[in-house]
Amino acid sequence: MSRHTLSVLVEDQPGVLARIASLFSRRSFNIESLAVGPTEHSGVSRITIVVNVDELPLEQVTKQLNKLVNVIKIVELDPVQSVQRELMLVKVRADLETRSHVLETVALFRAKVVDVAPEAVTIEATGNADKLEALLRVLEPFGIRELVQSGMVGIGRGPRSITDRSMRSLDRSTA
Amino acid sequence: MSEQITGAESLVQSLERAGVEVMFGIPGGAILPAYDPLFDSSIRHILVRHEQGAGHAAEGYAAATGRVGVCMATSGPGATNLVTPIANAYMDSIPIVAITGQVPSASIGTDAFQEADIRGITMPITKHNFLVTDPAEIPRRIAEAFHIASTGRPGPVLVDIAKDALQARTTFDWPETIDLPGYRPVTRPHSKQVREAARLILESKRPVLYVGGGVLRARASAELRMLAELTGIPVVTTLMARGAFPDSHPQHLGMPGMHGSVAAVGALQQSDLLITLGARFDDRVTGKLSSFAPDAKVIHADVDPAEISKNRTADVPIVGDCREVIADLIVALQGDAHQAVEIDLGAWWATLNRLRETYPLGYDTPADGELAPQYVIERLGAIAGPDAIYTAGVGQHQMWAAQFVKYEKPDSWLNSGGLGTMGYAVPAAMGAKVGRPDTTVWAIDGDGCFQMTNQELATCALNDIPIKVAIINNGSLGMVRQWQTLFYESRYSNTTLHSKRIPDFAKLAEAYGCAGLRCETADDVDATIKEAMEINDRPVVVDFAVHQDAMVWPMVAAGTSNDEIMVARNLAPDWDREE
Repeated sequence: MSRHTLSVLVEDQPGVLARIASLFSRRSFNIESLAVGPTEHSGVSRITIVVNVDELPLEQVTKQLNKLVNVIKIVELDPVQSVQRELMLVKVRADLETRSHVLETVALFRAKVVDVAPEAVTIEATGNADKLEALLRVLEPFGIRELVQSGMVGIGRGPRSITDRSMRSLDRSTA
Repeated sequence: MSEQITGAESLVQSLERAGVEVMFGIPGGAILPAYDPLFDSSIRHILVRHEQGAGHAAEGYAAATGRVGVCMATSGPGATNLVTPIANAYMDSIPIVAITGQVPSASIGTDAFQEADIRGITMPITKHNFLVTDPAEIPRRIAEAFHIASTGRPGPVLVDIAKDALQARTTFDWPETIDLPGYRPVTRPHSKQVREAARLILESKRPVLYVGGGVLRARASAELRMLAELTGIPVVTTLMARGAFPDSHPQHLGMPGMHGSVAAVGALQQSDLLITLGARFDDRVTGKLSSFAPDAKVIHADVDPAEISKNRTADVPIVGDCREVIADLIVALQGDAHQAVEIDLGAWWATLNRLRETYPLGYDTPADGELAPQYVIERLGAIAGPDAIYTAGVGQHQMWAAQFVKYEKPDSWLNSGGLGTMGYAVPAAMGAKVGRPDTTVWAIDGDGCFQMTNQELATCALNDIPIKVAIINNGSLGMVRQWQTLFYESRYSNTTLHSKRIPDFAKLAEAYGCAGLRCETADDVDATIKEAMEINDRPVVVDFAVHQDAMVWPMVAAGTSNDEIMVARNLAPDWDREE
């Protein structure tokens, strides 16, 4: 099994997320992470899905995804040829004694503190999964009170856009 | 500025514009606004007795005519009763459009009376579905629904419309073009793949044309016959493809699969090249997948790319409409000079002919003098002939109908293959008869299946739909009983229906305004069938009381290899005999 990141362009229609999620579960795939958001084209959303599967079943689920009428395009993002980021908010125990150590760690990971209370600080960090995991490992001894993490989003490197070709007809139809 | 009409009027106009001539349905609260303008429409609406009947009738209509079948129901239970036929249409790639009423948009999500999230429920069993709350959207959604249902790999599309959208004032704006950026089915096959397929065919020694239902959906029977005759390659037709290639044709080896002929199963197992056309390597065909056709390379042509290499890896994948694929393949094989295609299949045909002659389909006449179900079905096929349409439910009678009726024409055999829906036969026959009123339509049904949907006999009797029903009555859930005989030490847990006693099918038929006949002996079979053939002013039901212990043979037990096919109980074919 290996980790794959799929970037899925979809029409921004009600129910589209349910269609995709149910397709994965119906074909017994576990979604590791999922993120949805708008794109540079109105009416088109982009879903980034991380799955842990073998090559062959991945091909099958991609084909099944492609059959969904609201799915416009699917691209697998190569980890080297793309930038992949997750956002994490973590509330860490930090009193007068430990606060400076915590802040040191925050600086080291180029994260930032977004909220401070007498016994805790809330840290915002972005990065790939490995970096966030490393940060968490260092923060753990201080005491993690609350943790929330976004799904991964990714974008291909270089000047081209994955929406280039597939969007041309869409623009024509809305023009 | 266009004239203001109601959403309901817009719906009916849209259906008219989509070319709908007939639809099957039942009104109810949420869909009620649509039934008012339908009253004045050119569309013939047939009022069924259960929404499942409406759905299967739409399927039967679609499968018999090649047009999109339409059914309509109200919200909640009306819509959920359509779930089975929708799932059936999804599995067997039948183009239908289901229209359902939904509770008013302000009530959606409140557990309102007769509310069910039918769009959510049918997501995994429709090709696509819509929930419409804006009346202005109605024409576009209906146009898209018909487009999606009928193109590419056909399938069911559901349009759920909120009651307030049907009641609101709107304008009618029929879309001239359909633009679905995420829906562009590929029908033209890639020429490089076709050339590669042709090369493999010319090199093969033991090729088989493995033909599935996609050939019927693509209306490619004539092209298939040309390809078969050009190459001399043997043909097998799956349960979904019976009729795609004439049974009388000398190159036809019959049906493969769990209850296929030894020649058809053996041909696939021993093949070195499967030319797979609109088939999907279903488990009922392959048996244990890892031992299926172990020496064969695979050419796999299908309009649905997701079917290719799903179960069996294809050496040459071809995405495209089967008719175009076959036509291109013929050109590629003949070359520019239209030369004859020379493949030496002498040894292959010798092997297959031996299998065919040694292990023909057959059955025993019951020792106690009771009627053999296979005999009834064989005679029915012979007397009604290849111009009739035959529908079936699911079980033993279905398999015998696939084996012992001789199909010569496409769209003459309608059954529930993928989902295996008991109760399909009667309503599907109703839909087929509505679509092709001049054709004799026989529903070959089991006593178990028949009792699931026989209420539609009332619909048939009242709407001048004179179908004919042959109940193969063995008083039990025969196929399940067969498995109990073979795999559960003949412990017949809950499979005895006593339908030879209750109900009296002939009387039931009479009560429904149909003719009711009964036949219990072999001597009466022909006369009874002929009598039924003469009755055309109302539906006919014939109760054939048949032997309870008859079994469907050959059989590949579920989960075992096709090589372990049994010709009869404890009797395996001899594959390796030297010529």
